[in-house]
Amino acid sequence: MPHEDTAPILSVRDLTVEFVTRRGTLRALDRISFDVARGEVLGVVGESGAGKSVTGSAIIGLIDPPGRIAGGEVRLAGERIDNLPPEAMRKVRGKRIGMIFQDPLTSLNPLYRISEQLIETIRVHTDLDAAQARARAIALLDEVGIPAPEKRIDSYPHEFSGGMRQRVVIALALCAEPEFIIADEPTTALDVSVQAQIIALIKSLCRERGTSVMLVTHDMGVIAETADRVAVMYAGRIAEIGPVRDVVKEPLHPYAKGLMGAIPSLEGETPRLVQIPGSMPRLSAIPQGCAFNPRCSQVYARCHVERPELIAVGSRKVACHLYDTRSKSGVAA
Amino acid sequence: MTADPAPLVEVHDLKRVFDVSKPWLNRVIERAPRQFLKAVDGVSFEIRKGETFALVGESGSGKSTVARMVVGLLPPSAGTVTIDGVSMHDAAAADDRQRLRRRIQMIFQDPYASLNPRWRVGRIIAEPIRAFSLIESEAAIAERVGELLTLVGLHPDDRTKFPHEFSGGQRQRIAIARALASDAEFIVCDEPTSALDVSVQAQILNLMRDLQERLGLTYLFISHNLAVVRHMASRIGVMYLGRLVEVSDGKSLFSAPRHPYTRMLLDAVPDVAMVGKVRQSVKGEIPNPLAPPSGCTFHPRCPLVFDRCRSENPPVIDGVACHAVQAGRVAAA
Repeated sequence: MPHEDTAPILSVRDLTVEFVTRRGTLRALDRISFDVARGEVLGVVGESGAGKSVTGSAIIGLIDPPGRIAGGEVRLAGERIDNLPPEAMRKVRGKRIGMIFQDPLTSLNPLYRISEQLIETIRVHTDLDAAQARARAIALLDEVGIPAPEKRIDSYPHEFSGGMRQRVVIALALCAEPEFIIADEPTTALDVSVQAQIIALIKSLCRERGTSVMLVTHDMGVIAETADRVAVMYAGRIAEIGPVRDVVKEPLHPYAKGLMGAIPSLEGETPRLVQIPGSMPRLSAIPQGCAFNPRCSQVYARCHVERPELIAVGSRKVACHLYDTRSKSGVAA
Repeated sequence: MTADPAPLVEVHDLKRVFDVSKPWLNRVIERAPRQFLKAVDGVSFEIRKGETFALVGESGSGKSTVARMVVGLLPPSAGTVTIDGVSMHDAAAADDRQRLRRRIQMIFQDPYASLNPRWRVGRIIAEPIRAFSLIESEAAIAERVGELLTLVGLHPDDRTKFPHEFSGGQRQRIAIARALASDAEFIVCDEPTSALDVSVQAQILNLMRDLQERLGLTYLFISHNLAVVRHMASRIGVMYLGRLVEVSDGKSLFSAPRHPYTRMLLDAVPDVAMVGKVRQSVKGEIPNPLAPPSGCTFHPRCPLVFDRCRSENPPVIDGVACHAVQAGRVAAA
C-alpha cells in the first residue's frame, strides 16, 4: 500500500488480536492499520474496551496467552517484529521500543533502589561499565527533571512522589535510547498540575531526541495538547485517524463526533453534553457490519451488512460508509 | 448580599484532624512524636437550595473528608455543619437529625463498590424506603422502585437483576435511584463520574442535571475534574491542602480566577480547545500534608509570594484567601 510518509518508524498492517476462551474466540483488535512517522506523537484514544492498550501490548509482543496475534504484521523501521522469536523480541523491547505504563508504582520494583533498576537496564542494553552506567543514569534523571539526581538516585521508589516516580519510569524507558516509545495512560494516575508537567516532559524529550511516541489515553485533552496525529478507536477498530487539529475540532466519524461532544470543556457554555445512547459492545457481541451501528444516529442499510474500511477524506482517514463517495446515500452534512 | 432564601447547608469553620501516629510502643522505642494530619482546616461555605456547589482540588486536598463530614459519616474535630437549621453533629439535635436524614443522600465514586453484589437491584433501591418506613405495602414499594428505575433511564424489570449484570454507567444510575428513593433533597456526590468513560459520563451528568431541574435537588458535587465542575456547578470552592482558597460563582471562577492556585490549576488542565497552544509550566507538587508549609500553604509554589505569606495564614475575605490579592498586589485578572 503506498503511503505519503517516507519510511515510517512503525508500520502496523491489518493487525488482529484474538483471545481464545471457552465461550468462543474474542477479537480484541480487528484488522487495524496505521503508521507512526519519525519524531511523531500518535495519540490513541477510545473508551475502555476499545483495544487501545491491546494495540500497545501487541506491538511490543506482550500479549499473554490465551491471547495471540491472529493476523497482520508490525514493522519497526521496515523490519518485521511481530513474528520474532521470544529471545530476539526481548532485545527489541526496551532497546528499540521503550514502554511507559500507567501506574508508576507497579512498574518500578519496590525492593530495589532507583539506581539499581536504572543501571541494570542500561547495562543490559549497552556495553557501558558500572561506573559509566551510573553516570548515565544520573544524567537521565537530570534530563527528566529530578532535582539533585546524584543524591536521589540511591532512593527507593516509595521515597518519591507520584509525579517524580513517573519521571523515573520515563528515564527507565529512555535508558537504551529507543526509537519508539509506547506510553500507556502515562498521566492517568497523576493530579492535573503534575500531569501537565509530565506531558510537557514527554513532548520536549520527543522533540530533542526525535523519538516517536504512541500515546495511549482516554483523556482527549491530553491528546489534544500532546499528539500530532490521533487515532480514535472503537470496539477493536480504528474509526478515524488524522491530524489532531482536524479530528478534535471537526470530527467526521459519528462516534468521534459524539465523543468530542461528550467532553465538558473549560471554554464556552454547554447547556447539555452530547449523549451517545448505549455503551461499547462486549467483545462477544460485536454487531455485524459497522461495530458502531446500534448507537449511530445516521445508520442506514449498508452499515448493518458491510464493515466500513478506512477511506481517505482530506487529510485523514475515516471508517464510515457516509464518507464513501461511491455510496449512493451521499456524504453526510 | 441580596435577600436570598436561607441557605440549606451551612458549614462553619470545619476542621478535621487525623491521628496518624505510630503505635504507642514504636513511639516509646523510636522516640517518635505523635503525628497529626490536618485533613480539613477551617472550611466555611454555604449551599443555597436548588444550587450545585462544587468542591475541586487535587488529591489530598480534603474534598472527600468535607463531604463525609457534611453527611455525618465522619465527626468533625471542630466547627459545625448545619442543614436546614439542624446541626449534624450536636447531640441535642438528635431527634431533629433523625427526621433530616431521609432528606440527605450520597452518591459514591465507585459504582462497583457502592452496591451490594448479593442484593437484587429492587432490594437495593427499596432499602431507604424500608429503612425510613416511607411506604408500608410491598406492592406499593415495588411500584415506587419501578418508577425510580424509569426516572433514571432503566427498565422497571431491571429490579430482579443483580448489580454485576449492569455496566458502570448503569450501576451509577442505580446508585442515583437509591439516593432518590427516600425523596432526598440534598445529594452529596463524591466524584460520581470519575470511574466512567466520557460518553457514559456525559449520560450521567445530563441525567443529574435533568433530575435537579425536575425535582429541585441541591447538590454538593466533589470532583477533581475542572471541566466537569464547570459544566455542573453554579458555585465552586477550590481546596488546597485542607483549606478553601477561593469560593466563587461558576462563571467568574473560570473567566477571572483570583487565587494564584486557581490560576495555576486552570492553566494546567489539558483541554480539547488547547490544540497546539503553548502553556505556562506548572511549578512543584502538593507538599506533604503532614508537614505543611508555614503561613499560606501555597507559598512555596506561588509566583506572587511575599514575606507576609510565609508567616501568616490568609483569611478568606470576599471569597479568596490570599494576601497578595487582598493587599491589591494583583489586579483581578
